[in-house]
Amino acid sequence: MKLIHAALATALFSISGSLFAAERAIDPAKSTITAVFTQIGVPVEAPFTKFTGRVNHDPAKPADAKAVLDIDTASFDIGDDDYNAEVRKPEWFDTAKYPKATFTATGLTPAANGSFTAAGKLSLKGRTAELKVPVTVKADAAGSSYSGKLIISRKAFSIGDPAWEDTVEDTVTIQFRIFVPAAR
Amino acid sequence: MSNLRAASDRYTATAITLHWLIAGLIVGGFAMGLYMTGLKLSPDKLKLYSWHKWSGMTVLALAALRIVWRWTHPAPPPLPGQPRWQLQAAHYAHLALYVLIVAIPLSGWLYSSASGYPVVYFGIKALQLPDLVAKNKELAKSLKEVHEILNWTMAALVTVHAGAAVKHHLIDRDGTLARMLPWARRPNTAKST
Repeated sequence: MKLIHAALATALFSISGSLFAAERAIDPAKSTITAVFTQIGVPVEAPFTKFTGRVNHDPAKPADAKAVLDIDTASFDIGDDDYNAEVRKPEWFDTAKYPKATFTATGLTPAANGSFTAAGKLSLKGRTAELKVPVTVKADAAGSSYSGKLIISRKAFSIGDPAWEDTVEDTVTIQFRIFVPAAR
Repeated sequence: MSNLRAASDRYTATAITLHWLIAGLIVGGFAMGLYMTGLKLSPDKLKLYSWHKWSGMTVLALAALRIVWRWTHPAPPPLPGQPRWQLQAAHYAHLALYVLIVAIPLSGWLYSSASGYPVVYFGIKALQLPDLVAKNKELAKSLKEVHEILNWTMAALVTVHAGAAVKHHLIDRDGTLARMLPWARRPNTAKST
């Protein structure tokens, strides 16, 4: 009896959970993911133009929030064909071998000023790193947006040709704004 | 002070220094510009682009100084015995050169901004110059052409300018070139100091 009770409760809980916080697809057209790298002191901002993702976030239960982003590494667009060809090479993104970068977040921890910290994992070029990502959540009738920026080391993901060592800095700033349309 | 300078038949040491600094930088910057654009993408190419931009921004700063200096310290009057057309041609050529030493670095700065690459003077982050326009591929393409046309105009004018100076020196055998040369001695120092 007790077991059935528990099973029922779990089932009910997950139904109510899915009613209020179903997994929803992001709207890539209203989302941006850009990387800012620095060459000879010059900050260069370039977007990833192709990515998909799903977010499961019940504002009442931030600790249970989940998100997955799949980013097409070959969609990194510096705005110049020569640059784009260079950054696709094996020394950099190696887009032929690693066409996708994946970011998964599990759980939002409340931080200062109403923002959150997401515990995340970034898999890029066959390497995975744990990241703490600051996230600002804004919700209105149209949907929710999740934005923030973090600094990563490109070398931690073995990205970069030694010939460019003195030209391109190790630290790269990732800026993102992910929009999830509201359920209708 | 400025009256004394105007009466002198030589440019001031400051004017001479600015003239030759700018001349060196524009010849160097022009040569770099011609060479670097044909290179395949490499760290060296980006270094050349950086040096090109730094020299251009230095020209812009020196040009501003030079215009202020010229304003407050009039150039020595042209040597007598020249035809009127020649004086006028020289006047307008000099005016155009002044315009170009400002317009060319500015067009380069605009082009860099439109291409999405801020100009960071000497690669020092605190010396990052503001973007003059937002990133815009179409605008960048037009500005590239403007930058090139202005540069070839400059190259033509500099050729005429230098050719005229040599003609004054070798054919007319007057002191026009000498008064802009750093090592030429002032013939009548007694009068001006």
